[in-house]
Amino acid sequence: MTHRTMDSVRSSKGKNRRTPRSADEDANAARRTIATPGVEDLRILAADGSVDRDLDPHLDDDELLRIHRAMVLTRVFDQRMLTMQRQGQMGTFAPGAGQEATQIGQVYPLTERDWFSPSYRSFGAQIWRGWEMERLMLLWDGFFEGFAPPPGVRDLPFSIVIGSHVLPAVGVAMGMQYREEDSVMVTNFGDGALSQGVVAEGLNFAAVNQAPIVFVCENNGWAISTRVEQQCHVDPLALRGVGFGVPSIRVDGNDVLAMIVATREAIERARHGGGPTFIEAVTYRMGVHTTADDPKVYRTDDEVEAWEDRCPLRRFGIYLLGRNVTDQAGLERIQQECEAEVLAARDRFRSRAHAKPREAFDFVFADMPDELARQRQAYLEKLDRKGVE
Amino acid sequence: MPELTMVEALNRALDEAMEHDPDVLLMGEDIGVNGGVFRVTKDLQAKYGVNRVRDTPLAEAGIVGTGVGMAIAGLKPVVEIQFSGFTMQAFDQIEQNMARYHHRSRGRYPISMVLRTPYGGGIHAVEHHSESREAYWAHTPGLKVVVPSGPRNARGLLAAAIDDPDPVIFYEPKAVYRAFREEVPDTPERIPLGTAEIVRDGRDITLISYGAMMRPTREAADDLAELHGIDPEVVDLRSISPMDTDTLAASVARTGRCVIVHEGPRNCGVAAEIIARLNEEVFEYLVAPIKRITGDDIHFPYFQTEEHYLPDPDTIIEAVRETVAFDG
Ligand SMILES: Cc1ncc(C[n+]2csc(CCOP(=O)(O)OP(=O)(O)O)c2C)c(N)n1
Ligand SMILES: [Mg+2]
Repeated sequence: MTHRTMDSVRSSKGKNRRTPRSADEDANAARRTIATPGVEDLRILAADGSVDRDLDPHLDDDELLRIHRAMVLTRVFDQRMLTMQRQGQMGTFAPGAGQEATQIGQVYPLTERDWFSPSYRSFGAQIWRGWEMERLMLLWDGFFEGFAPPPGVRDLPFSIVIGSHVLPAVGVAMGMQYREEDSVMVTNFGDGALSQGVVAEGLNFAAVNQAPIVFVCENNGWAISTRVEQQCHVDPLALRGVGFGVPSIRVDGNDVLAMIVATREAIERARHGGGPTFIEAVTYRMGVHTTADDPKVYRTDDEVEAWEDRCPLRRFGIYLLGRNVTDQAGLERIQQECEAEVLAARDRFRSRAHAKPREAFDFVFADMPDELARQRQAYLEKLDRKGVE
Repeated sequence: MPELTMVEALNRALDEAMEHDPDVLLMGEDIGVNGGVFRVTKDLQAKYGVNRVRDTPLAEAGIVGTGVGMAIAGLKPVVEIQFSGFTMQAFDQIEQNMARYHHRSRGRYPISMVLRTPYGGGIHAVEHHSESREAYWAHTPGLKVVVPSGPRNARGLLAAAIDDPDPVIFYEPKAVYRAFREEVPDTPERIPLGTAEIVRDGRDITLISYGAMMRPTREAADDLAELHGIDPEVVDLRSISPMDTDTLAASVARTGRCVIVHEGPRNCGVAAEIIARLNEEVFEYLVAPIKRITGDDIHFPYFQTEEHYLPDPDTIIEAVRETVAFDG
């Protein structure tokens, strides 16, 4: 990626504005550069699998395999959910194929005492954080119990309302700071979410309070049918963070090593009183927005195919083979194990997928008012009459 | 006369308004090439261009707030909020600006603007995509609140809402969007805002509802007549605000009994307002307490259990039979 000045950003208005949709457009470019004053660019693993040795975090083999497995599991889960949805066995679902490196990289450096507050396209990160796959299946299939964070996992249920969860995430970080806990919050949201006023408020609150939080903006090129260029007139998006006085970086979001390095630096800075960081992860939504969406209406197959060459999984697979961490058979074994794991989760999901209408009044209040208790009684009697369990 | 779905009828109304008046323009998320997530604005961008059918950034406060400004500039914006759950993002702009500039400017700047948004349950949607919060908007002075129940009145009400000099919240029952087709006249129609419609004449009891709940209400009415010897009158409210109190009161004065049906929560809901008005207007005609069948005061259940939340014909029938049997 070449050095670009603020002027080039400012003057690049209109439809023909060139947006480098990925840090790996040029495989030979320097990997840690300045994108534009105030914003760094980071890529360690190029699309062809070649690595920048100076920047390689040199994780040990077991860790590398764990990361790879997590990304594969994310992809397999995604495919299974799509199949189930098409078969009428799953609700409307927001797939995440193509964003696995962004997902796993942003939570990899978190510890159990840290927090995570995701948006909805985050099952990869959620599984890494300890959400059982069957729980996520329940959630997407319309069972509220799936929203409950698993015991011991310091996560918030994902947010469907775009950008809305960012302020509470900042609040949790401020709470950690107040309590003098050295816990950090990571929150993610899409390129579309950057248009919401509340996200700007969140960046500002985090900055003025120097709250221990990492903002991960998953720039996947699209917000349903709306291109990122229609959404936001700055490029890189990371400039948004700069405007609030938040250290900001643009990372190749399809490079899991770069995501890990960037997030780890940000988390450690936050943990030691250095305040928030804004990470723009440049990636691509390979699939439909949700299973109710038809992308053929608004984007070309060519565009999607171009991103297939930048697949985060294949890239990491080449890296593993190059480092002799495993061989082709080893990669295939991981694939098969993940498939078996997802199928087992599906079976557990099916055995638990029973609607519980009698719980409809639970948790509306911590202390249920009498009036609501009376409504509940009438509602339960209605279920009795209908013969509903 | 073609048979249209509600989605097609709304599309027709927008097309007719844009054809007729170059000051009408549309703004919203994914309304252009995509035609809106429910396709209500399908093909309109191709026909009228990106300047009149605008894909906005993902920001509801932005959409409504700039829409208000465009109305001040003399245009007639029709803005779409993708789901009514996300009008909350724009609460500030609706309450503080859309509803008030006319008043604040002492009449200088009327806000002739429509906010269209799909509301309600029944389509197996994810969280925040099934709520009915029309009562919020009816509570705000200066806003008109309109809810169509079928393709034909959707087209006629939207046309009237676009013409109206005041800001209108136009609540579209998404469960009805493609549920059935109805004949829609070839020539444009306008249904005056603030008028209810008696859709079934009857003697024994008045059933009042609106939007998506008109279907179970009418189904209940037919069953009551056929199976239970009760002859209900059914009123489609159509406008929550202003409310056609005269039509409601006249009907209840004739029947002496009333049941009101809506899917939004009960507490301070539209039914409460109707009951208060009927008490004021026709208390002496009532022969039984007025009942309301509403959503409970809980968050809309996630979709595996939503059917038990939504009022259904059986529940309505039971309430009607109790009301008719009431022996004061
Ligand atoms: C406040 C709000 N407005 C609108 C929507 C409807 N909606 C759901 S996803 C989406 C696009 C989000 O795009 P982005 O933030 O880029 O995330 P991505 O889907 O690409 O992961 C929209 C408009 C919503 N969920 N919340
Ligand atoms: Mg996006």
